[in-house]
Amino acid sequence: MLKVDHLAKTYGEGDDAVRAIGDLEFEVGENEFVCIVGPSGCGKTTLLKCMSGLLAPTRGEIRLHDRRIDGPPERMALVFQEYGRSLYPWMSVRQNVAFPLRRKRLGREIAAELVERAVESVDLTGFLDRYPWELSGGMQQRVAIARALAYQPEILLMDEPFASVDAQTRADLEDLILEVRRQYGVTVVFVTHDIDESVYLGDRIVVLTPAPTQVQETLDVDLPAVRDQLETKEDPEFARLRAHVYRSIKRKQTAAEPERAPEEQPATARS
Amino acid sequence: MTARRERWLGAGLEVTVPILVLVIWGLWSAGSETYYFPPLTDILSTFADTWVFERVGSDVVPSLVRMGLGFGIAVVVAIATGLLLGMSPRARRSAAPIVEFLRAIPPPALLPFAILVIGVGNSMKVFIIAFVCIWPILLNTVDGVTGVDPTLRETTRVYGITGPDRLWRVMLPAASPQIFAGMRTSLSLALILMVISEMVASTNGIGYFVLQSQRTFAIPEMWSGILLLGILGYTLNGAFMLIERRVLRWHRGARASALS
Repeated sequence: MLKVDHLAKTYGEGDDAVRAIGDLEFEVGENEFVCIVGPSGCGKTTLLKCMSGLLAPTRGEIRLHDRRIDGPPERMALVFQEYGRSLYPWMSVRQNVAFPLRRKRLGREIAAELVERAVESVDLTGFLDRYPWELSGGMQQRVAIARALAYQPEILLMDEPFASVDAQTRADLEDLILEVRRQYGVTVVFVTHDIDESVYLGDRIVVLTPAPTQVQETLDVDLPAVRDQLETKEDPEFARLRAHVYRSIKRKQTAAEPERAPEEQPATARS
Repeated sequence: MTARRERWLGAGLEVTVPILVLVIWGLWSAGSETYYFPPLTDILSTFADTWVFERVGSDVVPSLVRMGLGFGIAVVVAIATGLLLGMSPRARRSAAPIVEFLRAIPPPALLPFAILVIGVGNSMKVFIIAFVCIWPILLNTVDGVTGVDPTLRETTRVYGITGPDRLWRVMLPAASPQIFAGMRTSLSLALILMVISEMVASTNGIGYFVLQSQRTFAIPEMWSGILLLGILGYTLNGAFMLIERRVLRWHRGARASALS
């Protein structure tokens, strides 16, 4: 459904150029929950911005249903990490969720129903007429998720959405996103730097290398479809996958550093 | 508890200090024989004779109409232009030198030109007031629009919000705290320019009245006009702040929650 094809992104030009993404290639299938995990600063956000059409790639392309993405696609939604800055503070929860629907021209009743259903699915029905800044961080992120759901995307991109909430809220939000994903049957691409989170949520994990980013490896998560914070995390398979991903990221990181050393040593020996 | 007492004390001071000042002024000027500083009681009784409500129709209303029109035109023109310039870096760069130049002209210097071209009527005064009020609002609008949070912009783009919805429902509200700050500055400028424009080639208005009283040595009248202008400025600013509090309620709320 979504195909990342030899994607490369370089910021700047000439000597100052920073190669954020080297050469990326992977696919996301229909209804799949794909977690993208990698070391910090590995261009995960750059990748998401290219996917959402906010940023043009330097080379390669991303295709959604075989159509090249060159601007934000109509049936794609994006949830940012900074919930506080992605909600409109002058709009109530209801208005925030309803606002992107305006251009869909659905008719008032249908739009209101979508909004109410989405807000209900994130358990915020009692807060429809509150303002985002009256809510806690976790609730604000739920508003952002409701807004994405009401938009009826076929693919939902999430950029480290739970990185700035506390641990308990985070666990609740993880379960919430699995639940709404089932309800709405939406494809999810979830970027995170948290290995546990990627194993807990994903059907498949794409491990990235440090910048210039490439795919280190892709692995299927062979855990029961219904996840549970306690049971799933006690599953030996969970521990195995977690350790595997951890080593995969560490290996590349440590491999990247001493690589240069042998080349330099003879030079210093000669002088 | 102390916070509440502090607030009551503050409110009390706000009321009692001005009264105290008036009382001192009254006592000090009570037996005044000085021609230029007549007793406060004289000024107040003249004030009552003049402004309640004899000259309201002939002077106060024309003044307020000029000021309101000038300020209103400035708000509309400045916000529209500011949104445009704020959204287009190219337009902003081309307009910057012109804006900076026009803004730097001391407004009263435009009076001779305005009288020459527009004449001495109301339009000239409205033009001068509008011309001066535009700049603070324009520059603040541009600042507000360019300062819209990048995440908020990206959210707007991802959801395909473009055109009028983006302009009126995202950019304008996002810039409104700055726009209001500009409008507040312009409001006091409007009052100043209203008085100045009425002191030159005018036949009515509060500014005209003050100057005319001075020229005919009607000193209590002159003082009563100055007093009225002060009261007017104070009231307008207070009313403006009330509106601002209402419209920007979300802004104060969001800021308070971001700080906590």
